[in-house]
Amino acid sequence: MMMRRPESVNGKNRRRRTLWTASLSLILLVSIIALGQALGTEGLDTNLEERNQPPSWKHPFGTDWLGRDMLTRTLRGLTVSLGVGLTASTLSAVLGLLLGLLSATLGSKVDAAITWLIDLFMSLPHMVALILISFTLGGGMPGVIASVTATHWTGLARIIRAEVLQIKSTDYVQLSARMGRSRVWIARHHILPHLLPQFIVGLILLFPHAILHEAGITFIGIGLSPHQPAVGIILSESMRHLSTGRWWLAVLPGLSLLVMVKAFDALGESVRTLTDPKTSQE
Amino acid sequence: MDMPMRRILTFLGRKLARLLLLLATISVVSFALVSLSPLDPVNAYVGADLLLVGPEQRALIAERWGLNDPPVLRYLRWSGRVLQGDLGVSLIYRQPVARVIGERFVASLALMSAAWALSGILGFALGVLAGARAGSLFDRLVRWFAYLLASTPTFWLALLLLITFSVTLRWTPICCAAPPGIPAPEVTLLQRLHHLLLPAATLSILGIANVTLHTRQKLIGVLNSDYVLYARAQGETPRGVIWLHGLRNIALPAVTLQFASLSELFGGSVLAEQVFAYPGLGQATVQAGLRGDVPLLLGIVLFSAVFVFVGNTLADLIYQVLDPRIRLEAS
Amino acid sequence: MLSVHNLSITFTMYTTGLQRREFTPITGLDLDVGAGEVVAVVGESGSGKSLLAHAVLGILPRNARVAGEIRFQGELLTPERQAALRGKQIALIPQSVAFLDPLMRVGRQVRRAAELGGSDGTADAAQRAIFRRYHLPDRAANLYPFQVSGGMARRVLVAAAVVSGASLLIADEPTPGLHPEIVAETLRHLRELAAEGRAVLLITHDIGAALRVADRVAVFYAGTTLEIAAAADFTGKGEALRHPYTQALWRALPQNDFTPIPGSQPPPDALLPGCLFAPRCWLATPECHAARPPLRPVRGGWVRCIYA
Repeated sequence: MMMRRPESVNGKNRRRRTLWTASLSLILLVSIIALGQALGTEGLDTNLEERNQPPSWKHPFGTDWLGRDMLTRTLRGLTVSLGVGLTASTLSAVLGLLLGLLSATLGSKVDAAITWLIDLFMSLPHMVALILISFTLGGGMPGVIASVTATHWTGLARIIRAEVLQIKSTDYVQLSARMGRSRVWIARHHILPHLLPQFIVGLILLFPHAILHEAGITFIGIGLSPHQPAVGIILSESMRHLSTGRWWLAVLPGLSLLVMVKAFDALGESVRTLTDPKTSQE
Repeated sequence: MDMPMRRILTFLGRKLARLLLLLATISVVSFALVSLSPLDPVNAYVGADLLLVGPEQRALIAERWGLNDPPVLRYLRWSGRVLQGDLGVSLIYRQPVARVIGERFVASLALMSAAWALSGILGFALGVLAGARAGSLFDRLVRWFAYLLASTPTFWLALLLLITFSVTLRWTPICCAAPPGIPAPEVTLLQRLHHLLLPAATLSILGIANVTLHTRQKLIGVLNSDYVLYARAQGETPRGVIWLHGLRNIALPAVTLQFASLSELFGGSVLAEQVFAYPGLGQATVQAGLRGDVPLLLGIVLFSAVFVFVGNTLADLIYQVLDPRIRLEAS
Repeated sequence: MLSVHNLSITFTMYTTGLQRREFTPITGLDLDVGAGEVVAVVGESGSGKSLLAHAVLGILPRNARVAGEIRFQGELLTPERQAALRGKQIALIPQSVAFLDPLMRVGRQVRRAAELGGSDGTADAAQRAIFRRYHLPDRAANLYPFQVSGGMARRVLVAAAVVSGASLLIADEPTPGLHPEIVAETLRHLRELAAEGRAVLLITHDIGAALRVADRVAVFYAGTTLEIAAAADFTGKGEALRHPYTQALWRALPQNDFTPIPGSQPPPDALLPGCLFAPRCWLATPECHAARPPLRPVRGGWVRCIYA
């Protein structure tokens, strides 16, 4: 029947499946990096005899107009995207955690100021803000990382702020404070244990967003230099060659990016399912 | 109707004040940011003729545009002009920024409205169907697809559609808003729609995913509520529950989401227009950023902030007007 | 009209990580309600009594397993039969207006209840009639649930149940936090309904209210029925009562000795074998801890104790 609590299971152990999902995602992500390293750099050399080949056993992703192996280029590109995405996400998450904490613990004036800051950062469409900030820093790697960081901290900051405010208002924390426990003690024993799972889940779920935005801004051309083959650049370069039917130049690299992003998503959601008590009614 | 009218006017008044404060802050911040940019504005202005311009001419250009003055002075001059409605002249297009934004926005509007309407309607319908059959195979498929689409890069989806429909099947054109070579007044509506098809489809597909997931989630929340439990206790049929109670209680959140999604829509159009070379506001933003057209970039920043703000305000306004719990509280 | 025999309800839940846990809020519940009488199920707050109502109606959540027998008018209640009878022959009077659709006017909701109860075409008239019966002004039909409170809210909830024409009415906690006059009025309505020949099942934690209106009382403890007694048995020092818990409960009331019972109810996920009251009972012996006592007839009532 359709009306019952829909998240409940038909007797299968959903938890075990979640654990499987998480592990497989992690293995996939590590494999991407490992495979990229294993293939070495020879695929990146110009090899005019082998150019414009569709996918084959020798070149699973085909070759481009310079004869370079697309699989190698794609894996390299994914690794670059991964690096940039991870750096930006981590910085963003730390910024969000810090500002969320400060907002919830330093009194109403600071709270109002930081909330206003959050509203400010959320008032522009992501892409516009990314372009603006990248432009300020003159493009390139620092520009991409800074712009992605600056536009992604707000979500986590809001969540952390709400969590801390909620925890602070509970009975047991009020009681601890009355009993004379210091603020640091309360932070360490009451607030942090609740915050940690949320923070980790938030961090992991930031990765796909950051990676997608990094790819987007690189695609536009405001990102990294053409010598660092990020997936965005691979795709924007491929646009010139699509009308001649060389579909593999765009479809396969983009598909790989999608798979990588999905893996992060699955990982983040799995961790959330395993640590969030609200999903316990099965 | 005097009381509600007064309340709405107060609400709008307060929002306007917020908007002005926001625009002021954004203008200061973005002006500061572009001033810090390493890009030499003279180079940006001169553009391709860089090598032909000698140092004296460069100095003249700098004087003419006031590029050597301190930033605060430049900001005050610029903002003063903005308040009078003069957003400056675009370096790339050699036209008033306001006119560039206006024309390009109209082009983007066609694209965004189509995607907005399509994704709203289809996404809502799909979300309701999936939520009503939560846990079933259909629901799992819908959810799987929606999650997949939500992680899909916009520009890759655009390229995919381009390859499939324009290159392989040759059903749709490869680029632009109209067939190249035909002067603007002679382009027919049908031709415009033909060129609009793929970019709109790209944005719609991605929009549908988000709306579906949200609607589904909200419907499931409603179906788990106390009042639905009671409705079932009264013998209400499953269809009756959704029709009478479900739709009613998710309609407002759905509409709010639609208006709040304008920000994402704008961002998506930046990428989609790039792939299809569609001459909209998104493409203008990219050009402004790439080629350092500061007046245009600043103009677009302000405009997009207003756009997002209007969207959010409309969402709030709808709640004020339609939710009886808010509407009747004053009376 | 309604008879419940050895009902038990078990839920499967997940705690942190991968562990699954089962808990059984109702273990061996027996009671019966006849036409024209009010039977009250009395138990502590949060002891799962509402689940009884949901079980009879057939609207328990999906992770619930039900065992035992429920019969309505002599026939077994299967899920199909429950679906057919809900809102037509068996109606629920919920706890508060939180159980009404917040965005639908109450008149419309009562009309819907009438339609679902079988009065197609006459729902309008039925709603107006029921509003008049319960002294609800016509304009009240246009109000939203959040605008209705206190006595009016209770009357709307009763109206919605009665307009369906049900012969069995289940009132789930109709009196918490209400003004004494409203409580009295609500109980009076229930009495009237029984007098019309319907069966009324009253679920409550308020023994005082229960005793004012019920014919018989089923005492609910830790998920099981400990005693089913006539309301008249609750007098004096409780000598006519059969189970030690019931006697202690009666004596604990403010108007009697006002002495509390030491200890507390066992949680539903850690049930011991044997009598569930034994850990707190002064009459307990080793036989009490060995096996759960069966429900047996004693002096015109029923009791689950080997020493009654």
